[in-house]
Amino acid sequence: MHYKSPMREPLILGNKDLHDITVDIARPIETKANRWWWALFTISFAAMLWLFGCIFYLIGTGVGVWGLNNSVGWAWDITNFVWWVGIGHAGTLISAVLLLFRQKWRLSINRSSEAMTIFAVVQAGLFPLIHMGRIWMAYWIFPLPNQFGSLWVNFNSPLLWDVFAISTYFSVSLVFWYMGLIPDFAMIRDRAINPIAKKVYAFLSFGWSGRAKHWQRHEVISLVLAGLATPLVLSVHSIVSMDFATSVVAGWHTTIFPPYFVAGAIFGGFAMCQTLLLIARKVLDLQDYITIKHMEYMNIIILVTGSIVGCAYLTELFIAWYSGVELEQYAFLDRATGSYWWAYAIMMTCNVISPQLMWFKKLRRNILFTFILALFVHIGMWFERFVIIITLHRGPLPSSWHDYSPTYVEIGTFVGTCGFFLVLFLLYARTFPVIAQAELKTIVKSSSTKYNKNLHYLDKEELVKLEKINKKK
Amino acid sequence: MSSNKVIYGLFDDDDKVLHATKTLVSKGYTVNEVYSPFPVHGLDTAMGLRYSRMAITSFIYGVLGAFLITLLMWYIMIEDWPMVIGGKPNFSYGQNLPAFIPVTFEATVFCAAHLMVITFLFRCGLYPGRGVFAGSKKYNPDPRTTDDKFLMEICEEDSKKIKKIEAIMKETGAIEIQIGEYKVKKRKKLISIKQYLKNNLSGIFKFLPKKKKS
Repeated sequence: MHYKSPMREPLILGNKDLHDITVDIARPIETKANRWWWALFTISFAAMLWLFGCIFYLIGTGVGVWGLNNSVGWAWDITNFVWWVGIGHAGTLISAVLLLFRQKWRLSINRSSEAMTIFAVVQAGLFPLIHMGRIWMAYWIFPLPNQFGSLWVNFNSPLLWDVFAISTYFSVSLVFWYMGLIPDFAMIRDRAINPIAKKVYAFLSFGWSGRAKHWQRHEVISLVLAGLATPLVLSVHSIVSMDFATSVVAGWHTTIFPPYFVAGAIFGGFAMCQTLLLIARKVLDLQDYITIKHMEYMNIIILVTGSIVGCAYLTELFIAWYSGVELEQYAFLDRATGSYWWAYAIMMTCNVISPQLMWFKKLRRNILFTFILALFVHIGMWFERFVIIITLHRGPLPSSWHDYSPTYVEIGTFVGTCGFFLVLFLLYARTFPVIAQAELKTIVKSSSTKYNKNLHYLDKEELVKLEKINKKK
Repeated sequence: MSSNKVIYGLFDDDDKVLHATKTLVSKGYTVNEVYSPFPVHGLDTAMGLRYSRMAITSFIYGVLGAFLITLLMWYIMIEDWPMVIGGKPNFSYGQNLPAFIPVTFEATVFCAAHLMVITFLFRCGLYPGRGVFAGSKKYNPDPRTTDDKFLMEICEEDSKKIKKIEAIMKETGAIEIQIGEYKVKKRKKLISIKQYLKNNLSGIFKFLPKKKKS
């Protein structure tokens, strides 16, 4: 019936049975938030208000309030856009690709990482909108018949591909996430005591009843959605990279961009997963479900994708030299030694060198180290996009060379999106089941400490030790 | 007179409910429904449920999406307003095809995913607001089945058989058994596609004028 691997650590610790899982996952929803939650929420909320302030000022005054100039016509907005879209990718990777590979460890983290995807794409979507300048004409990006002699959108443009890619990605991720949530909302509904909460969760659960035929269909659609989301996630960041790659700008016009962007996106996304989940497991008391082993698995993916990214950086340098195009060579020389050398140095340190520390098992399983390294990866990935975009400051015409520095509006917008993202995630953590409990219950028999006591390679002492390490901060 | 009775057996283990289903089905009873907190693998085949055709619908919707977006892009880029970009006009859809691949892919996924999910909700009768005022009891007899219990539902009229079913349920590990008169939607018995068409098509043919015997 259930295949039990003798070599793997259990994924559910703490002697949990089915009912314990229900109770543990419903607890954050049924209890009141603690002081830490309110403190973090207040700070994030303030940052979010600052974001909307900056946006209103920007729209009211014009894009001139940003530090853009003739050469650098695209800067923090597109950097942030690519950074946020990239962060989203880990969520889809965990829920879709790991489902296709039947990785059981995805079950404790897929819900939260999918939520992270959706909230990150919300932040990403803001930037193209506010960069339009006239946001009230945003609907022009869609192929709508109009009064200007049927002036259509241009389907040859990667910017339009992006519109389709991001909107498809956002809506499909949202639906995938929500379909998984329906049975869990039903669980919350059936436990709820407060009549209003019961009605709200009844509404959200679509009247799910858990019939055999419904479960059968549910499993099929989950599998098909995973199959659809897998090429989708690869296509989205490929298309984002084509915003650059199909241009004729030196340093951008490279065929390596799509795979390199996808690897970078997964790299950055898993780091964000670590950041959010390491806090969530502590605050929501979910250490038994999101274990050190889960963290280690994610760290291994960070190591692999970080190495791919490092490889891509070196390939880029080699191809620039090998192409023999002087402007191309200069673009890369300028990145590494020009006025923004420090950005390049930060990128190289944070993305290429520091993840290599993950080769050490001790470090991979250290929570504090992982948390700090994940922050490094955020910084590194942000600077990767900044380095690419700042190439513009020295184009083919030296008379228009121009350095760029952001204004407080740009900085405020970026910090504000981090706040907005956290506001959404914090609200989610207290109102949604943060672990896909229905799916998690399917692996209780195969990989929890309760049912696998004797079948496990760990003896009792080791198990106690493992639980202790897990509970520690 | 046969009274329409429903037997509910509550189990606390997925393997037990699966075993009970297999035992009952092998003795010729029909398990009308099993409510479970998570998908129990093998339960659908044990109950005799047919495979789900959701994946097929998804494929059809995907093809539809690809077709519609191709039509739209052809009309916009070739037929209605061919743009000349960098001295390179769009002469035919085929010549410009590489530029249209990404959007075609996205539209295919968009339609395949969303329309399949809508079909899923429609087929399962799920919609936002279902059971908000009527209460979930209308659709699910025991709220514990979303937590850690498994509820088996069998419809039976013969009181002798009811006793037998009860005995089997107890034997296979049911922790609670209830018998009541409930209004339950009985699952249709499986028939072959051929039989289905025969049954339904004969109805259609009734509308056709009958051939007059000469």
